[in-house]
Amino acid sequence: MDTKTDTVSPPLTIKDFASDQEVRWCPGCGDYSVIKAVQKTLVEVGAKRENTVFVSGIGCSSRFPYYMDTYGFHGIHGRAPAIASGLLLANPDLDVWIITGDGDGLSIGGNHMLHVLRHNYNCVILLFNNGVYGLTKGQYSPTSERGQITPSSPMGVIDPPLEPIQFAIGAGAHFVARVVDIQQQQMIDVLKAAYEHKGAAMIEIFQNCTVFNDGMCDSFATKSTKFEHQIELVAGQPLIYGKARDKGFKCDPGSLSLKSYDIGGEDDDGHGAIVHDPANRSLAFMLAQMQMPEYPVATGVIYNAPEASYEREAMRQVEEAKASSDRKSVTDVLNQGFTWEV
Amino acid sequence: MPATQCFAQHGQGGVPDSAVVRFAGDSGDGIQLLGDQFSLTSAIAGNAISTFPDYPSEVRAPQGSTYGVSAFQIQFGGRNIKTIGDSADVLIAFNPAALKTNLEILKPGGLIIADQGTFSKRGLKKAGYETSPLTDGSLEGYRLLAIDITKQTLAATAPFDLSKKDKQRCKNFWGLGLIFWLFHQKRATTTAWLDRKFAKKPEIARANIAALNAGHAYGENIEASHELYSCHIPAAEMPPGKYRAVTGSQAAAWGLAAASELSGRPLVFSSYPITPATTILHHLARLKDLGVITFQAEDEIAAMCAAIGTAFAGSLGATASSGPGIALKTEAIGLAVAAELPVVIINSQRAGPSTGLPTKTEQSDLYQAVYGRNGDTPLPVLAARSPADCFDVTIEAVRIALKYMTPVMMLMDGYLGNASEPWLIPDMNKLPDISVKNCTDPEGFSPFKRDADTLARLWAIPGTPGLEHRIGGLERDYVTGDVSYDPGNHQKMSQIRIDKVKGIASDLPELEIDQGERDAELGVIGWGSTYGPISRAVSNMREKGASVAHVHLRYLYPFARNQCEITSGFGRILVPEMNMGQLVTVMRDNNCPPAEGFSKVTGRPFTVTELEEAIAARLGG
Repeated sequence: MDTKTDTVSPPLTIKDFASDQEVRWCPGCGDYSVIKAVQKTLVEVGAKRENTVFVSGIGCSSRFPYYMDTYGFHGIHGRAPAIASGLLLANPDLDVWIITGDGDGLSIGGNHMLHVLRHNYNCVILLFNNGVYGLTKGQYSPTSERGQITPSSPMGVIDPPLEPIQFAIGAGAHFVARVVDIQQQQMIDVLKAAYEHKGAAMIEIFQNCTVFNDGMCDSFATKSTKFEHQIELVAGQPLIYGKARDKGFKCDPGSLSLKSYDIGGEDDDGHGAIVHDPANRSLAFMLAQMQMPEYPVATGVIYNAPEASYEREAMRQVEEAKASSDRKSVTDVLNQGFTWEV
Repeated sequence: MPATQCFAQHGQGGVPDSAVVRFAGDSGDGIQLLGDQFSLTSAIAGNAISTFPDYPSEVRAPQGSTYGVSAFQIQFGGRNIKTIGDSADVLIAFNPAALKTNLEILKPGGLIIADQGTFSKRGLKKAGYETSPLTDGSLEGYRLLAIDITKQTLAATAPFDLSKKDKQRCKNFWGLGLIFWLFHQKRATTTAWLDRKFAKKPEIARANIAALNAGHAYGENIEASHELYSCHIPAAEMPPGKYRAVTGSQAAAWGLAAASELSGRPLVFSSYPITPATTILHHLARLKDLGVITFQAEDEIAAMCAAIGTAFAGSLGATASSGPGIALKTEAIGLAVAAELPVVIINSQRAGPSTGLPTKTEQSDLYQAVYGRNGDTPLPVLAARSPADCFDVTIEAVRIALKYMTPVMMLMDGYLGNASEPWLIPDMNKLPDISVKNCTDPEGFSPFKRDADTLARLWAIPGTPGLEHRIGGLERDYVTGDVSYDPGNHQKMSQIRIDKVKGIASDLPELEIDQGERDAELGVIGWGSTYGPISRAVSNMREKGASVAHVHLRYLYPFARNQCEITSGFGRILVPEMNMGQLVTVMRDNNCPPAEGFSKVTGRPFTVTELEEAIAARLGG
């Protein structure tokens, strides 16, 4: 066990955040690039190991805490957000990271995901979306595509996929982002923004499963596809994409949806593309609704509109109650109200 | 002498040592309020009391319907009152439906006070009466006092500037005034309460007080005309000190708050609403000024998981539910066992299976508590025997959880949760220090390093430098605490989890016989809320010379270390339970002497009479 304390130590490095446990993800798994990005982020934001807690559920990605030399809790299937809630109510000063996946966080733990976002507990939620159940060997997940062939859907998936970003915004999340495992720099930028955000910050990470759902992101995240099929969102910048930065988005007033147009083309009204405002919830919904192949996939911080977090509000009520009460102890409570002497 | 006789022949033949009154009316009649007021007045007069509110599960049942009847029963007296009484001496029924649904609880010859004004054609029809029981002779065998309470109340409140509806609403206090007269009780507590309650609406307070006084005066007049005598119930001998009334839910909530204070660990109580455990959440939510944090989680599973997160962070994590909710928490309870984290789980039991009878009491979750998890997953199980005992047992549950780093199940039930009894307010300074230390020393640290005596693992909390570690539901290496799939290690860890929990027995007080001798012909063993009726039945039978003893268990897993030994001298053993015989199985499992079960699962507590008969039958009549 590493025993150095941070009071006199030099700044931490990526290695300081790696535990001594052998990493057991499959070779080529997208999880490797995520853990690297997270470790790098922790170094860059100056996080303290002792104040950092990774809480996970069940699934491949939920092994994550074991590989971090921080505090970690490997919970039960889908329940990481609930465990994190109790953790934060006991100690709001902790940096809490929730590690979950499309099955853990959107199927068995869908209710907890909904409520941790709505409650707005101060935590970063990494939703590893690989569109498949990896640990149980390849069954379809709530984000699998219609028609996907898996051991539990030999004739193809018949239910429509759940779109995590729309789910999160609908649940009342105040910070929602989307990144792709192989796009390191954007991931680190987004992780930092999520870390700084006070409240629940959910990041959907498109994560490639080389064994059961290989190439899930190829249509929009490879070197050859990403320019035409992905739009990287930057706050304050216009929604422009394309290798030649020749396509933009405007709002179509008729359908109340985003519409792509060729810059300088006949649909260009000269007003320029819509500027990305992460605080605009309607725009966030429209961006989340953009689906391949009709639209490029939006990545980056889609929505960011902070509000008071649950555990801080709970503490505030306690402080208010203390300030306005004469009771200081259980003895005061027991002796209050109707009592009589015998 | 029974109270009913006292009403008929004033001062002849002695004084009754206790009486049972049952208030019944429509949900909107303020019955629970009357019960509370009468209870307080009796308690202040020095009576021992036991009370139980019996209200409908419907939130707003139609007025006048039988399923909208709300009732409140109190036994009060000059001896140690242990139950609410098998049957009532007095039933005050504020409408026909209340009479219909509560008559069976009245003793033969008992006194019915009925609000005649509500026995209209319509009122009777709503209650399902073809003819009026007040006049059709069906109440022969009881003593009937039919009064138009509504009319009397309107007359008494005539001088006040209130609507007719507001005046009519005072009728419950008119009835209370009459009951106060019947038992020589003082009105001062109630008038003071009304003045406080309606400080901003003094006209309402005055009208209610006028109704109370009129009801009382009505009694004086009928006594003068020898229709009915009032009757004094003597005060009980109770240990001196300051008392208050407490329900089981209140006591459990305050027990958690007290344990937080005694352990120096902030309480985070996470819970999901479920009958009858919800009131524990209500009581704790009102203790924010003491630093108590309550979290109404999104579901039962989340509530348990949040309690685990709280414990991981080093605070006192607790949750409460009832059987169906505990079932949902079960996987997470297993996680707390595997992670060896201290969490207190309160189960306020209700009748099952499944949704069962949510508002009715049962003690049928003992198997669930002791056995109900996947894997070999032991945890300590304790049970409270009375409303006030919920305070002590909750503190004991926290003590064990912290000292042994284990989840603990505390069993109570719907009856205990709602029932109330006078409570000698404990002196917090005399309660034990139950604090435990966090690990802070990184030297040779491993999260599963154990205390040699208790086998508790180290508790190192996030925020402590140098002690970063990962735990969870996967099996751990005995030495390093890392994930381990080693076969021998799993055997060893399974064994140590069982040894740890079983070893708690050496830290528990020895079991003592509550009443009777070790070699009694019949030993009656109970647990939980059956304490009151068993205790009374055994003492009644012993007064009649029966060779019967009573032993009552607080510790259900592990048992007190002398339990099997202390019960081995009984000729035979009877175990009355509000389930189909669960403790009998658990006792057999622990190699205790064989026992015969005596089951009652009607959603109602045992009556003393039922138990007396069962005891008599085992003793050869």
